[in-house]
Amino acid sequence: MIKLFKVKEKQRELAENANGNIPVKKQSAGELRLHKDISELNLPKSCTISFPSGKDELMNFEVTIRPDEGYYLGGTFIFSFQVSPIYPHEAPKVKCKTKVYHPNIDLEGNVCLNILREDWKPVLNINTIIYGLFHLFTEPNCEDPLNHDAAAVLRDNPKLFESNVRRAMTGGYVGQTLFPRCL
Amino acid sequence: MAETPAQLSRSRDLDKLLLRPGNLIGANFEPGEELRDDIGKYAKVLVLGAGGLGCELLKDLALSGFQNLEVIDMDRIEVTNLNRQFLFRFEDVGKPKAEVAAKRVMERVSGVNIKPHYCRIEDKELDFYSDFSIIVLGLDSIEARSYINAVACSFLEYDSDDNAREETIKPMVDGGTEGFKGHARIILPGVTPCFECTIWLFPPQVKFPLCTLAETPRTAAHCIEYAHLIKWDEVHSGKAFDPDEAEHMKWVYNEAVKRAVLFGIPGVTFSLTQGVVKNIIPAIASTNAIISAACALETLKLASGCSKTLSNYLTYNGAEGLHTKVTEFVRDKDCLVCGPGVLIELETSITLQKFIDLLEEHPKLLLSKASVTHQGNNLYMQAPPVLEEMTRSNLNQVLFDLMGKTAKSILHVTGTTSKNDKKFSTLRKLRVVFKGVDGVTDMDTAGGA
Repeated sequence: MIKLFKVKEKQRELAENANGNIPVKKQSAGELRLHKDISELNLPKSCTISFPSGKDELMNFEVTIRPDEGYYLGGTFIFSFQVSPIYPHEAPKVKCKTKVYHPNIDLEGNVCLNILREDWKPVLNINTIIYGLFHLFTEPNCEDPLNHDAAAVLRDNPKLFESNVRRAMTGGYVGQTLFPRCL
Repeated sequence: MAETPAQLSRSRDLDKLLLRPGNLIGANFEPGEELRDDIGKYAKVLVLGAGGLGCELLKDLALSGFQNLEVIDMDRIEVTNLNRQFLFRFEDVGKPKAEVAAKRVMERVSGVNIKPHYCRIEDKELDFYSDFSIIVLGLDSIEARSYINAVACSFLEYDSDDNAREETIKPMVDGGTEGFKGHARIILPGVTPCFECTIWLFPPQVKFPLCTLAETPRTAAHCIEYAHLIKWDEVHSGKAFDPDEAEHMKWVYNEAVKRAVLFGIPGVTFSLTQGVVKNIIPAIASTNAIISAACALETLKLASGCSKTLSNYLTYNGAEGLHTKVTEFVRDKDCLVCGPGVLIELETSITLQKFIDLLEEHPKLLLSKASVTHQGNNLYMQAPPVLEEMTRSNLNQVLFDLMGKTAKSILHVTGTTSKNDKKFSTLRKLRVVFKGVDGVTDMDTAGGA
């Protein structure tokens, strides 16, 4: 129960002397949990993280992946991460900023990774997402395609897929689409 | 206050609760007319949201004797609101909800004063919120609740025995509804669980795999989400989709229909499209009325002590029959938002590096390789290498200066600790007090996140 007489008193006090007890700015629980995830990051050499908005803006950052094996060896792929204030209740929004010929990444940068959508759990963290993304390059799969042309080629003609990937990474056309160089 | 017959009859129901003692009264309840009048004169209540719950809340609170109300809502009235947001009429469509709601209630209940705010809750300064006795929530998202919870808990202060200081508790009454279901809960920061303590109660949001949307849709919702999430970007790359923009919604609907026809899936309608895209569940007036009534009653109990308050979470389900249940949830002592954290006293001369070393030895923490953050400023990060480099220069700075030279403040630290020979990482909240600084009396400390 609020003690109304105290409220009356306080109003009298406030009228007498304007006190300056300004409450401090609060940090969302999501930011704090993200701070923990970031400070515990344990990334392989092929993955680096950068903070374009500075050390105090952890909610938006970029991860660069340079696969060291597989079809995409030698390429450089940049992903943008956007973390919401209610993280980890909601998964971060991840998009691929590099145009890539990949069965699980479409031309707009949408990434089909189960843990980013239907299989996200609050117990997962940024590290697991980055490992998941890395895995997409070392083991692209034609089971759940976002780019069904690429998936069909991977499934039916892996040699052609390999050369398509190389051509896309060096900067060239695959079908009607032009891919910028990312080696 | 002149007691004319008209005035007496107006408050006769409230008088039954406020003018006489009973068996279920709260502690320190002092029945009497002074209490009833004080509620009108001195209690300031803020209502967040002027929609389904907000309209009902404003009416209920005004009729319960509260005379100083304020309401915040960032939306304008839409036609689909009119089946339950009864303060609005067809002519009001397009006007700000907060303003119309305030006006209508003031027209019908004499003596009440309602100040509307047509803005987002994040647009208000923190000290705006500190003025209110009780904050009542009629919000529609987790984000908004999380935000206001953090604000209310930031006013909380603890004494040196880790007990919440009563004068700093900002009570909140939170209501929520979805179709035939609803909840009403009391949040007393430092006493009951806060919103963050129990955020795990919410189930994860339904998200379809992108590849299902792209390749193998099976339901009408898949077709709609395909148009909304994938096709939109393909055609309008760069332009953000705005669910409140009629043209955008129509475009998504048309694309969804095309896709449904292509795959032979029935059921795509315009109203389903709106529902899926905006995550809407059809709202029912009675659910809103029931939950708002529970919230208004709790607000009256909190303000007057006329009865024991709900302890602390009421759920309602009217889908089949009528079922309500009250559960007493327990606080998370380690909650980052409302918990006391660990009290640490420091000299004003200590450097950040020495502080980090100190954490390793502190008996309640034993935290090694600590990263330190203060109100959004990352003072030192152990990893990743790029952030470690950016913050390394802070290590030999004086912590008191880095923390803005305030006597008491909150820090959060992450690091590794061990228990039963097992190492695990942890995030802890610390209440820091600098010794010998003006304003520090008897080890009281600042609370809040």
